Amino acid sequence: MARSIKKGPFVDVKLNRKVTTLNEANKKSVVKTWSRRSLIIPDFVGHTFAVHNGNKFIPVYVTENMVGHKLGEFAPTRTFKGHGK
Amino acid sequence: MARIAGIDIPKNKRGVIGLTYIYGIGKSTSANILDAAGISHDKKVNEWNDDELAAIRNFITANLKTEGELRSEVQLNIKRLMDIGCYRGQRHRKGLPVRGQSTKTNARTRKGKRKTVAGKKKATK
Repeated sequence: MARSIKKGPFVDVKLNRKVTTLNEANKKSVVKTWSRRSLIIPDFVGHTFAVHNGNKFIPVYVTENMVGHKLGEFAPTRTFKGHGK
Repeated sequence: MARIAGIDIPKNKRGVIGLTYIYGIGKSTSANILDAAGISHDKKVNEWNDDELAAIRNFITANLKTEGELRSEVQLNIKRLMDIGCYRGQRHRKGLPVRGQSTKTNARTRKGKRKTVAGKKKATK
């Protein structure tokens, strides 16, 4: 079921704070985060996030098309290299 | 003969059913169309006169996406998912179920026919 509009998009407060300070300072740097559950909001566009996948941090460059998805969708947690041999 | 939205000619069927032969129109949409055009649902397709046909055509072109247009929209949505490299896009690329279904068994609709792997010996006593 979709999230109630009344609540607005969910973004971890910590992450949001980090990005807004970056935006205010007009700087770009990789933001390390464990918050896979955070929704990508328009403010994030153009930043690179290092999203944890349980093992490593996967660099994710956020483009306009990604708005509305969660950060975790871009850092796969499973490795499957095919069966056999 | 009734041609609506391209190539569809379902005849000898009730109007509500006939319209569902168009890609993008199901039973409820079809009922809505006929209500908007003021035609009885039970009227057969070959009993529609030109005015009624025109009314249906106008309603569809004005309000609905059907056939090629709809198909290309769906394809574009899938392509967008694949291009941004999100989990759903990856599942589309691999031809596996997209919405979290189990793939240990079944999932044959997405995976296609079974590809048997030779060489696995049966365990004997």
